[in-house]
Amino acid sequence: MWTLEPRSDAPLIWQIATPIMAVIATMLTGALLFGLMGYDPVAAIRTIFWDPLFGASAGYSRPQLLVKAGPLILIACGLAVGFRAGIWNIGAEGQYIMGGIAGAAVALAAYPAEGWWIFPAMVIAGAFGGWVWGMIPAMLRNWFGASEILVSLMLVYVAQKIAAWMAFGPMRNPEGFGMPGSRNLSQYASASNPEMFPGTGIHWGVIAAAFAVFGVWVLMSRHIRGLQIRAAGEAPRAARFAGVKPSALVAFCLGLSGALAGMAGLFEAAGPAGQITDGFGSGYGFTAIIVAFLGRLHPVGIVLAGLLMALTYIGGDIAQLMLQMPAATVQVFQGMLLFYLLGFDLLTRYRIRRRVTA
Amino acid sequence: MSDNAIFRAEGLSKTYPGVKANDAISFEVRSGDIHALLGENGAGKSTLVKTIYGLVRPDEGQMWLDGQPFAPADPHAARAAGVGMVFQHFSLFDAMTVAENIALGLDHPPPRRELASRIATLSEEYGLPLNPARRIADLSAGERQRVEIIRALLGNPRLLIMDEPTSVLTPQEAEILFATLKKLAANGTSILYISHKLEEIRANCDRATILRGGRVIDSADPRAHSARELAAMMVGGEMREIDRSGRSPGAELLAVRDLTLAAQSVDGTSLKSVSLQVHTGEVLAIGGVAGNGQEELLSALSGEIPSPVGTVTLEGADLSRMGPTQRRRAGLLAAPEDRLGHAAVPGFSLTDNALLTATVRQDLAPGGMIRHGAARDFTQKVIAEFDVRTPGPDTAARALSGGNLQKFVIGREVLQAPRVLVVNQPTWGVDAGAAASIRQALLNLAAGGAGVIVISQDLDELLELGDRFCALNGGQLSDPRPVEGLSLDEIGLMLGGAHGTEVAHVDA
Repeated sequence: MWTLEPRSDAPLIWQIATPIMAVIATMLTGALLFGLMGYDPVAAIRTIFWDPLFGASAGYSRPQLLVKAGPLILIACGLAVGFRAGIWNIGAEGQYIMGGIAGAAVALAAYPAEGWWIFPAMVIAGAFGGWVWGMIPAMLRNWFGASEILVSLMLVYVAQKIAAWMAFGPMRNPEGFGMPGSRNLSQYASASNPEMFPGTGIHWGVIAAAFAVFGVWVLMSRHIRGLQIRAAGEAPRAARFAGVKPSALVAFCLGLSGALAGMAGLFEAAGPAGQITDGFGSGYGFTAIIVAFLGRLHPVGIVLAGLLMALTYIGGDIAQLMLQMPAATVQVFQGMLLFYLLGFDLLTRYRIRRRVTA
Repeated sequence: MSDNAIFRAEGLSKTYPGVKANDAISFEVRSGDIHALLGENGAGKSTLVKTIYGLVRPDEGQMWLDGQPFAPADPHAARAAGVGMVFQHFSLFDAMTVAENIALGLDHPPPRRELASRIATLSEEYGLPLNPARRIADLSAGERQRVEIIRALLGNPRLLIMDEPTSVLTPQEAEILFATLKKLAANGTSILYISHKLEEIRANCDRATILRGGRVIDSADPRAHSARELAAMMVGGEMREIDRSGRSPGAELLAVRDLTLAAQSVDGTSLKSVSLQVHTGEVLAIGGVAGNGQEELLSALSGEIPSPVGTVTLEGADLSRMGPTQRRRAGLLAAPEDRLGHAAVPGFSLTDNALLTATVRQDLAPGGMIRHGAARDFTQKVIAEFDVRTPGPDTAARALSGGNLQKFVIGREVLQAPRVLVVNQPTWGVDAGAAASIRQALLNLAAGGAGVIVISQDLDELLELGDRFCALNGGQLSDPRPVEGLSLDEIGLMLGGAHGTEVAHVDA
C-alpha cells in the first residue's frame, strides 16, 4: 500500500523541481492531445515552445516575449505578496481593466494638449484605478467578513461591463466614424507608451515590472513587513501576537496587488493595445495567478514563469496561424500547467512511502 | 520473563534521522500493575508507547503480549490484540454526543442501544460518571478524558496506555481518575502510565521504568524512592533547587482595573470585571483550569485584544488601546500557551521567530529593514542561555521538541528585559529539567526587579513560583492571597473546587 506522509520541511530541490516537472508533463500531455486531434505532435510542440524564440519568424515574435511577459510579471508580483499572506485576490483582471480606463481617462481629458506631465499622471491614475478596485473587496472583507475571493472575482465582470460602456459611450473616439473604442493613444505623443529600444519589446511597463520584481524581493526577504506577511499566511494567530493588524494587512495586500494590476492595465492601454475597447481585458489578470504560483510566489520564479507564459501566448498564436490549431490551445496549455503544478506540489509537502501491511 | 508479565519488550530500537529515539529498550509490565514510564521530553517515551500501540514500527526488537509475540502493524491490530491508549490530546468531535463519539472511535461499533447500556455499565463499574447523551462541547476536560477512557475500555484491553492524563485535570478530577485506574488494575487490566509528576507516580504506581536518552536507565519501585531521587534518575544528575531568594516586592508596575471583555468566539470565555496588580520583584500566580479565561486574559495583556480605556496601565501609562508592538515598546511582554501557531510560526526559522516579537526592543529592524546578523546573534543568545537543543538558529520551529521550543519562547521574551512578563502554561508538556530552568529564569527576572504573571494549571508550579495566588474561574478572578500559608484545600475552594466533582455525582 502506498501512503502519503507529511514532510516536516519543504526541500528546496522539490520546490524547484516541481514547476519544471509540471512544464514537462504539460508538454507531454499537450503532444498526446494534439496527436489525438490529428496534428503532428512534435511539430505542434516545436511551434509553440521553440519557433517563437528560434524559428523562421523569431525576429518578429521575440520582442513580443517581453511585451506579453511585462504585464504578467507586474501583476503576479502584487498577487504573490497577497497569496503569501493568505489573501486571495482573484480579480486582478478587473483591477487591470479599471487601471487602464482610469489612465486612459487622464489622457483623453488632456487631449490634445502635450506635456511631459501627462504620462506620469496617467501612470498614477492607472495605479489609483486598480487600487480602488482592489480596495472594494478589502473593505467588504474588513467590515462585513465578505470573501475577498468571490468579491474580487465578481468585480471582474463589473469592470468588463464598464469597459464596454466606456468603449461605446463616454470614451468613444469622436473621430472614429462611429466605431466603438477610444482614441488610439499610441498616436498621441504625450500619452503613448512606445517600444523604447527597437526590436526588444521593452516599454515602460517592462521597466515597471523590473522595479516591481526588485521591490517585492526587498519587501519579502529584507523588510519586517514581508516577514509579517509570511507569518500571517502561515499562522494568523502568531502574526496577530507579533503585532500585525489583520484588517490593515488585507487592505495593504489587496491595495498593492490592485495598484500593480492597474498600472499594468495603463501601460497596456497606452502601448500595445493603444486604446480602450469593449474587449480590453485580455486575460492577463487571470494568467498572472498561474504565473505567481508557477513562480513559487518568489520574484525570481515569477520572472521565469512570466516569460514561459508569454511564450505559450505567442506560440499559441503561431500554432493557430501555421497549423490551424484552435484558439483555445493556449488556454488548454495554461490550464494544464496550473493543474500539473498543483498536483506535483504534493511532492514538496508530502513524501510517498510504501507501507507494508502485515 | 516472570510468570505474571502481561507485556514484555526486548531490545526495542528505533532510529530517526539524526537521533536514536529508542535504544535497545527492554522492560515488562506485570499483570494488574500501574506501571509508570518516567523520563524527560525526548527520552523516548512517546516513541516507545507509539511502538506498542502500532503507530511506529521498531527497527529492531520484539514484544510479547500475554506471552504471544506481538508486532502490531497499526493501531487496529494493537486494539484487536488488547492494547488501548488514551492520548494527551483528545480526538473528540465537539458537536457530537458522548455516545456518537465513542461509536466513531470503535472498529466495530455495536448497535446504539447496546452501546449506551455498555457505556452505562462501564461508567458504573469504574466510577466514571458520564451521560452518553451530552454534547462534548459541554464537558469539562476531566469528562472528555473519561470519554476517551471508556472508548479504550470498550475494547477490553489487557494493557491500557495513558499519556500524561493528569496534565489537564484539577486535583479533584485527578483523584477520581486514580480511583478508576486502581479499580481497573484490580480487575487485571495493566496500566502503562506516562507522567512528569513525580509525586503522583509515587502515590499511585507500582513500578516505574525510567528512560533517559532512549535507553532504560533503571526500573524501580517508586514508593521506595523520594521524588528527588526519581528526578535525579530521570535527568541523570542532581535536580537544581529552585532559588526564590533575592526578591522584594516594591512599587506597582502593571494594573488591570475592572476589565470586562466579551467572548471572542462561541467557545470563548468572557472576562468579568477582572482586576489585578503586579509589583516590581513580584510573581503573581493565576491558577485555574484552562478554558476559564486564561487565553483571553493573556490576549488582553499582550495587546491582541484591545480593552476599554483605563483598564490596563503600566507604570501609570494607559496601554489599553495599544497593540502588541506598542506594548512591547513600553515593556509589557507575553508568552502564550500555544507554542506552535501562537507563540511561534511553525515553518519559520528560530531567527525569523525571534524577529516576530523581539524587533522593537532589540532594534532588529530599524526603519523596517531587517538586520539579519543582529537577529541571528540574538537568537544564538537565546539558544545558548536557555539551553535550547537545536542544530542552530536556522532550524524551523516545528522541528524542535515541545520543551525546547518552550525554552526558546520563554527565553526570547526574558532576554528582552521586560518590565512585566505574562506567561501562560510556561512548562506545559515540558520535562522536569527544562521546567526547572524555565521557572528559575522567571524567578530571576522578578529578582531583577520585573513583574511576572504566571498563568498555569499546575498548582505545584504556582506555589513554587508565586508570591500571591489568585484563581481564574469562569472569567472571574478571585482576590489574591499570599502564597505563604495557603493550603491545597483552600486553593481547591478558590478554584471553585466543585468543578468536576459536582458532575461526578450525576447519575450516568
